[in-house]
Amino acid sequence: MDNLNLILPEIFISLSVMFLLILGVFKKNSSQLTFNLSLFTILIVIIITINETYSINRVILFNESVVIDPMASLMKIITLTGGFLVLVISSSYLKAFKIFKIEYPILILSSILGMMIMISSNDLMVFYMGLELQSLALYVLASFNRDQLKSSEAGLKYFVLSALSSGLLLYGCSLIYGFSGSTNFDVIANQLNSNEYALTFGIVFILVGLAFKISAVPFHMWAPDVYEGSPTSVTLFFTMLPKIAALTVFIRFLYVPFLNLIDQWQMIIIFLSIASMIFGAIAAIGQTNIKRLIAYSSIGHIGYTLAGIATGSNDGIQSSIIYISIYVVMNLALFSCLLMLKRNEQYYEDINDLSGLSKNHPLLSLCLLIILFSLAGIPPLAGFFAKFYVFKAVIEQSMYFLAIVGLLSTVIAAFYYLRIIKIIYFDKEKERYDTDHGVWLKFSLTFSTILILLYFIFPGQLIEVVSRINII
Amino acid sequence: MNFPILSSLILLPIVGSLFLFFTKDKDGNNLTAKYVALFTTILNFLISIYLWLLFDPTTSAFQFVEERIWIKDFINYKVGVDGISILFILLTTFITPLCIISVNNTVKNRLRDFLIAILIMESFMIGVFCALDLIVFYLFFEAGLIPMFLIIGIWGGPKRVYSAFKFFLYTLLGSVLMLVAIISIYWISGTTDVIKLYELGIDAKYQNLLWLAFFSSFAVKTPMWPVHTWLPDAHVEAPTAGSVLLAAILLKMAGYGFIRFSLGLFPIASDFFTPLIYTLSVIAIIFTSFIALMQEDMKKLIAYSSVAHMGFVTLGIFTLQQQGIEGSIIQMLSHGLVSAALFLCVGVVYDRMHSRLIKSYGGIVTIIPKYSILFMLFTLAALGLPGTSGFIGEFLILMGAFKDNFLVAVIASFGVILGAAYMLWLYKRVVFGKLINEDLKQMVDLNRSEYLILSCLAVPTLFFGFYPEPLFNTIEVSVSDLINIHNLNIASK
Repeated sequence: MDNLNLILPEIFISLSVMFLLILGVFKKNSSQLTFNLSLFTILIVIIITINETYSINRVILFNESVVIDPMASLMKIITLTGGFLVLVISSSYLKAFKIFKIEYPILILSSILGMMIMISSNDLMVFYMGLELQSLALYVLASFNRDQLKSSEAGLKYFVLSALSSGLLLYGCSLIYGFSGSTNFDVIANQLNSNEYALTFGIVFILVGLAFKISAVPFHMWAPDVYEGSPTSVTLFFTMLPKIAALTVFIRFLYVPFLNLIDQWQMIIIFLSIASMIFGAIAAIGQTNIKRLIAYSSIGHIGYTLAGIATGSNDGIQSSIIYISIYVVMNLALFSCLLMLKRNEQYYEDINDLSGLSKNHPLLSLCLLIILFSLAGIPPLAGFFAKFYVFKAVIEQSMYFLAIVGLLSTVIAAFYYLRIIKIIYFDKEKERYDTDHGVWLKFSLTFSTILILLYFIFPGQLIEVVSRINII
Repeated sequence: MNFPILSSLILLPIVGSLFLFFTKDKDGNNLTAKYVALFTTILNFLISIYLWLLFDPTTSAFQFVEERIWIKDFINYKVGVDGISILFILLTTFITPLCIISVNNTVKNRLRDFLIAILIMESFMIGVFCALDLIVFYLFFEAGLIPMFLIIGIWGGPKRVYSAFKFFLYTLLGSVLMLVAIISIYWISGTTDVIKLYELGIDAKYQNLLWLAFFSSFAVKTPMWPVHTWLPDAHVEAPTAGSVLLAAILLKMAGYGFIRFSLGLFPIASDFFTPLIYTLSVIAIIFTSFIALMQEDMKKLIAYSSVAHMGFVTLGIFTLQQQGIEGSIIQMLSHGLVSAALFLCVGVVYDRMHSRLIKSYGGIVTIIPKYSILFMLFTLAALGLPGTSGFIGEFLILMGAFKDNFLVAVIASFGVILGAAYMLWLYKRVVFGKLINEDLKQMVDLNRSEYLILSCLAVPTLFFGFYPEPLFNTIEVSVSDLINIHNLNIASK
């Protein structure tokens, strides 16, 4: 029990969640207080995580079921920072819909807790526990605006499909346990007998479950509906954090126990990657709801991250992590813009509501311009570098087909990003939107846009941080 | 290390555009913004002249090289110029201020944003011509799409959205394959530094595929037949200043890329693919000349003539003869001046009559004589009359082609005749003939700024037509060195 301090962040969050729940029950009208306390909690946890785990190389705890390594700590820090920003910028949105309740921050905290457990898991059981904690909180969050039909539908849909995928995942776990005798990643790796076909089945089932969580094609069907129906601030949460956690597990699950079976799973990942890139690019073209469009675009982006994972090399993993980090920043910026499209206490999310935005709101449009070009992967913006690292890793392994398909799909994807830019810049203007946004919303937009715009000046910094990650 | 003169050339327009950002835009009539932009670009032009004076033409080595670590152990930010690239930088810094003067008459709304876009564009274009690292080159090459997309899309004509999309997607599609090739080069050779790659050379077995990937990008940008179709659309819809930038400088990026990268990095593949380039170039010269003959829209006619002229350029580059390559470079510079001037000439009458159709003009020589004289000068320069810069380029290219392949040269020579035909016919229909359209009588002759721009372009056109020596002095050593290395590579194959 010497290393208890390493999981101090998790312990602190779970204690805070319980405390905040009790506080919320006993104190009337405490939503603002809970909200502020939750923010405070996340800040403290970020500090603890950096302090306690950032410099750790690799430590395994609790009967080898929890692992703390550079990947875990980096992903936790990204998750927590993302969670913090999601929480601060969602308050005005929640207030507008009169759903500013104590449950919201608490649910976000508990799902973050689930993600942190997932990220650190080195055992199928721990991983599953984290996953379920995260998902349960997310089901409720998706239907948080319960008076709206679409929101309830989103929650139900997410619940049913997610439960199905969890079932598949559990079945895969049991197969792997049955044929290797353990649920622990390291033990499985040692006892691996590659002649067991049943193990491959187990991997496939788990991959299906995970692909569901990151909404990779062909397991993406829930994403557009859930993204559209959920409250916008929750959609932001959906597009960023669960993907980070699931992707970490993806990497750890494939590279720690099953690296030797790379021939078995590489084709699957390549297929998922190519299908997601192409489908995401093509399906987004016809969308008119911005949130639906983002859903398809996020499917495409997941395709690129999977391309990095498919390489089977350390460079590939690092490039995927760089990709997802940059993607998180771009997404945050995009949603900050979306949350600014407010007029008379009503939020607008149709693509045509952006029409002629550049006349009335030149600065907001400029930010959107930068963000969209970055998402399309045009240099010198951050999105280009994200793709660049991935394809550098992919070409290193001589997977030219994957690289060329991926780059061609960026051209298709460029089309729908350009379409939004066209609507913003070339079309006729509409009424003005409100400009009295909260400080945090403005901050998150400016901060993330500047990061995207000026990333090219110091691209080495992120690489240096990520280069500590050494899974293989 | 000395004063980083190239980086300051690249950065200065961006700094200028930052200043512009803080000026207020009142009803599109923003004098401060215009003066700031003009000042920046003229300063940039003076710096580049100074650069040319400092430049040592007796060596083919890269000069003013700056190198900074950008991503450790991977990419270095590296820029430098040799005899080939310095002239393109001069062309860029020379044309941009003229564009900015010309916006007086053409851009009516959001002037400030337009100037910002043009300044940023200038930065990227200078960057393309002095980048000495493949990835840095790619960054500048692609980044230019953003401002150009906006210039066409926001300030363009009625079909601007279609044209802007076509321009963007065509070019992007061509370029992504180049990105794959650049990354492959990194894994094959361990570096993307152009100078090191020149020394190391690239294994012959990879060269053909890599050459094709680079070709896909440059062919779209040049543009070569059959992927030239974006150019007429983009030209017709872009505002005058946009067309000028596009014709004068953007198209030259590809020609420059062919010389610097296709020839320099893949000598064996370049030799192998010469027949392909010859075929496409000859088709471009003859076929698009015929198309140009049939055009009714002046801007479209000039756009197709650009395709034909760039056909000469690619032909000249791949003759792999001293004269051919020198001719191509001069042809590119001359085309930069002349096509810019022609687009401005069309802009002048368009601003007055709001029509680009040839048939709505005719007989304007008596109404606007000054314009007619300058327009004639540029028409003659475009068809390559001796005494104009156009002649030197075409003549040298054909000379190089005769040395290398007689048949191709003969066919290409017909292109010169066709060029004369469509240009003179255009001039005849617009300027001479009977004055049928009564509205034309209201036209006023060139105003001061138009006169200034067109004469600024006329001076170098004539000067280098009569005395091209300074240009040859600058490029000669670099080109001959390029060819020597090329021949060595072929011999050692």
